[in-house]
Amino acid sequence: MENLGSIGYSEEQIELMNVAASFCAEKSPIEKVRTLLEDAQGYDADVWKEIAELGWLAIAIPEAQGGVGLSLGEVVPIVEQMGRRLMTTPFADTTLAAQALVAGGTEAQQEEYLPKIAEGAVATLALAEAHGDWDLHNITATAKADGDNITLNGEKLLVPYAEQAEIIIASVSLDGAPRLVIIPRDAFGDSALRREQIIDETRRTYALKLDGITLPASALLDEAKTKAAFEHIHLTAVLLQAAEMAGGTQAVIDYTLDYLKTRKQFGKIIGEYQALKHPITNAYVDYEKARSHVYSAAHCFNDQGMGEIATRMAKAACDKVYGFAADRAIQFHGGFGFTHDCDAQLYRRAAIWHASQHGDGAWHRAKLADLLF
Amino acid sequence: MSKPSEAELKDFEAQADAWFKENTVTDPGFMLPLTFMEVSTDEQFDFLCDWQRKVYEAGYLGTSWPSEYGGHGMHPEFQRVATRAMKKYDGPIILNAIGIGWAGPLLMDIGSEEDKKKYIKGMLSAEDIWCQGFSEPEHGSDLGSAQLKAVRDGDEYVLNGSKIWTSLGDRAKYMILLARTSNDGPNKYAGLSFFLIPMKIPGIETRRIKKLTGEYGFVQTFFTDARVPAEGLVGKEGDGWMVAMKTLEYERGAKVNPAGGYYIKELDAMGVVDLARNSERGGKKLLDDPVMRDKMVEQMMEIQALNLNNQRRRMAPLNQDRPMGLAMMNKLARTEMIRDLTEFSLAFQGTRAGYYVGDENAVDDGYWHRSYLNSFSATIGGGTSEIQRNIVAEHVLGLPKGR
Ligand SMILES: Cc1cc2nc3c(=O)[nH]c(=O)nc-3n(C[C@H](O)[C@H](O)[C@H](O)COP(=O)(O)OP(=O)(O)OC[C@H]3O[C@@H](n4cnc5c(N)ncnc54)[C@H](O)[C@@H]3O)c2cc1C
Repeated sequence: MENLGSIGYSEEQIELMNVAASFCAEKSPIEKVRTLLEDAQGYDADVWKEIAELGWLAIAIPEAQGGVGLSLGEVVPIVEQMGRRLMTTPFADTTLAAQALVAGGTEAQQEEYLPKIAEGAVATLALAEAHGDWDLHNITATAKADGDNITLNGEKLLVPYAEQAEIIIASVSLDGAPRLVIIPRDAFGDSALRREQIIDETRRTYALKLDGITLPASALLDEAKTKAAFEHIHLTAVLLQAAEMAGGTQAVIDYTLDYLKTRKQFGKIIGEYQALKHPITNAYVDYEKARSHVYSAAHCFNDQGMGEIATRMAKAACDKVYGFAADRAIQFHGGFGFTHDCDAQLYRRAAIWHASQHGDGAWHRAKLADLLF
Repeated sequence: MSKPSEAELKDFEAQADAWFKENTVTDPGFMLPLTFMEVSTDEQFDFLCDWQRKVYEAGYLGTSWPSEYGGHGMHPEFQRVATRAMKKYDGPIILNAIGIGWAGPLLMDIGSEEDKKKYIKGMLSAEDIWCQGFSEPEHGSDLGSAQLKAVRDGDEYVLNGSKIWTSLGDRAKYMILLARTSNDGPNKYAGLSFFLIPMKIPGIETRRIKKLTGEYGFVQTFFTDARVPAEGLVGKEGDGWMVAMKTLEYERGAKVNPAGGYYIKELDAMGVVDLARNSERGGKKLLDDPVMRDKMVEQMMEIQALNLNNQRRRMAPLNQDRPMGLAMMNKLARTEMIRDLTEFSLAFQGTRAGYYVGDENAVDDGYWHRSYLNSFSATIGGGTSEIQRNIVAEHVLGLPKGR
């Protein structure tokens, strides 16, 4: 038990936490979030530009490729604050795609794409498929060598912001082995994309038909780094999700507390009833614990072994408390809680979304059992 | 006092490490209590008094308390290092929790010069064991309604009434006492006063109460015209509630105890994993059962979370939103975790979970059963978990107080 990770923080983290807290609060008030629910793109292009200008996309990209050269630990407080304000942009997905290149790209690919991403190009990953498996190595989409080219076949699902992305990195099976391949947005037409209906209305995903897409063989990421890249992508995704979920949990608890402090029934403020007071307190206590797990994951992410344990613990903890807090939020708002107008459902949907991607709590606990016992 | 250098701390750490390594006895041949509330036999009591005195004399208890009162006069950082070393070598708990844990810090905070001179050293050396007379038969959670009467008579107060569930009450030399000096105040709290009183005097009698574990460890205390010196009053008459709340901050872990040591043993989830490793279901290792694995990971995550909370508590920037949150939830989270974990441990033992302490076939001599039953001492004593939830809800989350 001694070596399960600890908490520490950098000056940069604290600075970013403070800046991100005010930026996200200002740019993403709940009315704005609600307006964007109806928007085709789902996010504000101007805000995206500002995010790029703030340099946030460059944080975890090496200096040599136009980045700042800090760690993912510094990205965590930003994503946490975004989750808190339900501010969905392609930030996490773009960061993730950049990390795929950092961990698995050839030098040429890193030179070509990372500086672009650092400056604000939207990038994304196409990993999920119809089988719904969280194991990134379970891939049915294929790539076939064809002279100096490769042709792709199959379908990727739940590709975040595929419509807006300049770069999509897809997982495919090449001669039976998992590989990653870069698909520039101009390599396929609009008809290959279908916008999906997803539980979390604040974000956008697409189904992407790969059939017939032809790319030069140089679009494949470095074969030698494949295994490491898949692992890094998975854990990075999990880390960023956990951070976003922690932020969301904080927000839904605060939102519910506001109601518990104002709504009256039977002549009393309902927050006085222990039937409501104790569950929300339980949610809060679990939230602080989950948040400690997230900070530990941020701190230990790069430590061999320990990083994986801390990261999986973070998501498992966040999954449990986000779901619970948002579920109780709906209940504690009564009839209003059942309406689309009540923000409780936004959080409940976000929690379901996060559980559905890159593993839910039970899945991560199963992985943890293998690591721990 | 200036902060010690890294090198000084390292030296001290090496010293403390060596000392605890050499002196820690984890298995004296009888079961050691997990919390100070569990001490029941003379054997345990004597062993723990002896252990506390040794730790104190070696300089690892009261390390940062002023030397004029019996402390060692060093910077608080040294105390942290010492306590860490004690935990590292799995040292026995420190017995005199109520003395050095809550009453001592209180005296250091608001006590008179004479009180500090009179009491602190004996607390640290375990010469004077302390107990706490807060709860009454009719008033536990609702402490503010306490009724034990204290009537001033010249240089003395005359005490009448009863306190209950007094841990170590039959062994203690002194008690911190919450008593009613008036019924005329604007509210029930205003009539309470706080006393330091001697226990071994005419008019104070104790009766042992058998605990659910089958052991003894706390008592009911009866006061019949017991006369105590008026100097025992802490603060002024009527300040009792405020003073009691201050001591509870230490008891509930909302404030870090400056004297060091620890009073409740932390459980290591790996102990439970080992238990599972040696158990079978359907002829297979229990550790391969997916449901049990899942639950075990949850327990480990819980323990890890609380350890992380403790670290984060000391990092102000990671605590901005509700600065007191982690501190105020500490007792609740920790004690509930221990209850959960020990209860869970019973599920591993199959038929043998039917045994209890005393049978040769009991797993680990019945340690887990006893631990589980004893875990309620911490979820009830010092304010129940329900009361702790009220406190977090009202003081951290700002919800209205129930009437
Ligand atoms: C091992 C042990 C050692 C102890 N040592 C000491 C000691 O040294 N000195 C001392 O003074 N006391 C001691 N106590 C007493 C302890 O502080 C009280 O038992 C405790 O505060 C609860 O009071 P009670 O027993 O009167 O229960 P009650 O207050 O009668 O509670 C009964 C139940 O009602 C619940 N409840 C009560 N009020 C509320 C509320 N407002 N909201 C929600 N639920 C509520 C409680 O949580 C509990 O579940 C000890 C107790 C134990 C178990």
